[in-house]
Amino acid sequence: MLQDTSPFSDYVDTTFLIVVGISSLVLLGLMIAMIYFIIRYSRKRNPNPTNIEGNVPLEITWTVIPLALFMGMFYLGWHGYLKQITVPEGAHVIKVTARMWAWSFEYPNGVKTDTLYVPVNTPIKLSLHSLDVNHSLYIPEFRIKKDVIPNRENVMWFQTPRVASYDIACAEYCGLQHSYMYTKVVAKDSSDFERWYKEVSLKQSKPYLPMLKEEKVKE
Amino acid sequence: MTTVARTPEPDYLHAQTNRKGIGAWIFSTDHKRIGILYLVSMLVFFIAAVTFGVLMRLEMLTPGKTIMQPQTYNTFFTLHGIMMIFLFIIPGLPAVFGNFLLPLMIGAKDVFFPRLNLFSWWLFITGGLLALVSLFLPGGPADTGWTFYVPYSIRTTTNVIPALMAAFILGFSSILTGLNFITTIHRMRAPGMDWFKMPLFIWSLYSTAWIQILATPIIGITLLLVTIERLFGVGIFDPTLGGDPVLYQHLFWIYSHPAVYIVILPGLGVVSEILPVFARRTIFGYKVIAYSSLSIAFIGSLVWAHHMFTVGMSNTGMFIFSLLTFLVSIPSAIKVFNWIATLYKGSIKIEVPFLFVLAFIFQFSIGGLTGLMLGVLSVNIHVQDTYFVVGHFHYVMFGGTGFGLFAAMHYWFPKIFGRMYKNVPAFVGWLLMTIGLNLLYFPFLIMGYMGMPRRYYDYLPQFQTYHVISTVGSWVLVLGIIIIFVNLILSLKKGAKAPMNPWGGKTLEWTVASPPPVENFHEIPIVEKGPYDYSEYEIKPEIAK
Repeated sequence: MLQDTSPFSDYVDTTFLIVVGISSLVLLGLMIAMIYFIIRYSRKRNPNPTNIEGNVPLEITWTVIPLALFMGMFYLGWHGYLKQITVPEGAHVIKVTARMWAWSFEYPNGVKTDTLYVPVNTPIKLSLHSLDVNHSLYIPEFRIKKDVIPNRENVMWFQTPRVASYDIACAEYCGLQHSYMYTKVVAKDSSDFERWYKEVSLKQSKPYLPMLKEEKVKE
Repeated sequence: MTTVARTPEPDYLHAQTNRKGIGAWIFSTDHKRIGILYLVSMLVFFIAAVTFGVLMRLEMLTPGKTIMQPQTYNTFFTLHGIMMIFLFIIPGLPAVFGNFLLPLMIGAKDVFFPRLNLFSWWLFITGGLLALVSLFLPGGPADTGWTFYVPYSIRTTTNVIPALMAAFILGFSSILTGLNFITTIHRMRAPGMDWFKMPLFIWSLYSTAWIQILATPIIGITLLLVTIERLFGVGIFDPTLGGDPVLYQHLFWIYSHPAVYIVILPGLGVVSEILPVFARRTIFGYKVIAYSSLSIAFIGSLVWAHHMFTVGMSNTGMFIFSLLTFLVSIPSAIKVFNWIATLYKGSIKIEVPFLFVLAFIFQFSIGGLTGLMLGVLSVNIHVQDTYFVVGHFHYVMFGGTGFGLFAAMHYWFPKIFGRMYKNVPAFVGWLLMTIGLNLLYFPFLIMGYMGMPRRYYDYLPQFQTYHVISTVGSWVLVLGIIIIFVNLILSLKKGAKAPMNPWGGKTLEWTVASPPPVENFHEIPIVEKGPYDYSEYEIKPEIAK
């Protein structure tokens, strides 16, 4: 948690922790009240019940307060969601093709890999396609996921600040080997990435054009 | 009505009919016998589905293969889902306890359409048997998950069509039961029982019945369309023929989300029924609880696409469905507040049904609060299709309605069978079930947030600790269930004779003998007071001792 692996990972975690915090307090309060009432008003201590049929101000209170809290939660969620879906200008597009039970990543010059290599600190836009059934591209560490549906293009984006590798899972059930449809996203620093990109382009005899601008590589 | 107890008259269990043996049951139009038919058949499916669940948990004990192959695992979670949902938890409370109690609680001799009621059970059994048959047909049992998502459900070679047809037939059983209940509630309430003198369980059945009638036809037609697609390749959902798989998901959830409320509303009704009896005071906020059932039924019909937040919907869709999801939580929250307020200044006696209700409130609250977390869009994107979701709905379905069902079984057992059960084993069973359930499902929530996707045969090593805890929890839970069932079954024959009203309930079913006579009431009672009128205890405190 709070590893700052993508532009939205910390925001999602913080939102989650806020909601968990509020929920825990509410649950704790309710359970304390419940147990206290059961002990305090046990038949031994309180043989004489009082029939209280209701209380309108109280009903309004416990409608309005949750409503306000829920609207706050809704807003946080909506705001975080906008971060998750707003692809920055100039993001590099990588085409993802899912099939039972493997991922394939295609770079702008036609290079294809089964592991997703990306440069750090660079917005990457994934264009998602499926050849057969529904899949879902899920990078848990980035707190991001999008279904991959045949005959339909979905997009998702991320960028990641550190040189590291993370799991990519399939999150939509797709048959026998669904749980083995794992691969990795490997973030390389810019010059490393370009070196790799050049090599793999040569190997697959595709024309090499640098994906990143010169000055960024030199940084 | 007190004369009923004095005259030795055969109760519904021993009444002579013109048929003998099992025929006197499976062709009976007595709502009480039909309730028992549902109870027995449903428990058979429940035990089967629990077995699948326990075996799945055992498989998850270690990464890689533990006891079964991936294909077996995939069919197990499919069957576990189909049986638990369509054969156990949807018919559970309404078909068993609704059938048995609805006429008794509103002071009627039977439901409005007794024959249709029997026919509904026959449809239920036909659907259930078809689901069982599909296991043994060549091709193997379905492996699509209970959601039958296309295109996978069109491509797989397993027996999807019999499973679809089973669900289709079960849907009709559900619609007809709903229709019957609505008519009965409208037409057959005892004189004096106006809408706001109805027991809250009846309110919940009424709300449920409307969802059953309005939403179930949609799943029926959707499943039929999948069948047509498989057989004839029309191109409705199949993307290779230009169909839209997302359309299927919309149609599926338009029913299947309201189905969640078909499941939970009667559970909420049971809690509202049992709490005041053991607190020996009237329920807090009767009308609020009644209206909240209706509003859950209404708003609950408009939130289906929150199951599809990662599918690539428009922002407008995301905004509206998330907002409505938060709104539908409000009436549920209000119910919980009113229940706890019902304990205030009561005179509480702890008995087994009451304990199940307390566990219900705790677990349903966790289910509800994790539901809020799922309603938060950005968090949903992360935990969608992970164990977090699985944990959430098991807290609601099992921790909530499942426990509501066990509460109902222990609360109405003396009325239904005329026997008392032993308290100590029931208490031990309750304790084990509560501990087991939380051990089983709480780790799901943690794993889910860590990124463990659902419907996974194998998993990464970092999740193992949680899987082990969860699997141990499943053993504790099952041990509790076994103790509960053994206790209840032994009590059928050996339990002490139950009095007419063992708990001091105020609703009408407690005014007839245990077990009730065939015709329920010799004279239709006249209702003057609300269902939870305990005012007499305020005046004469010595009775309470």
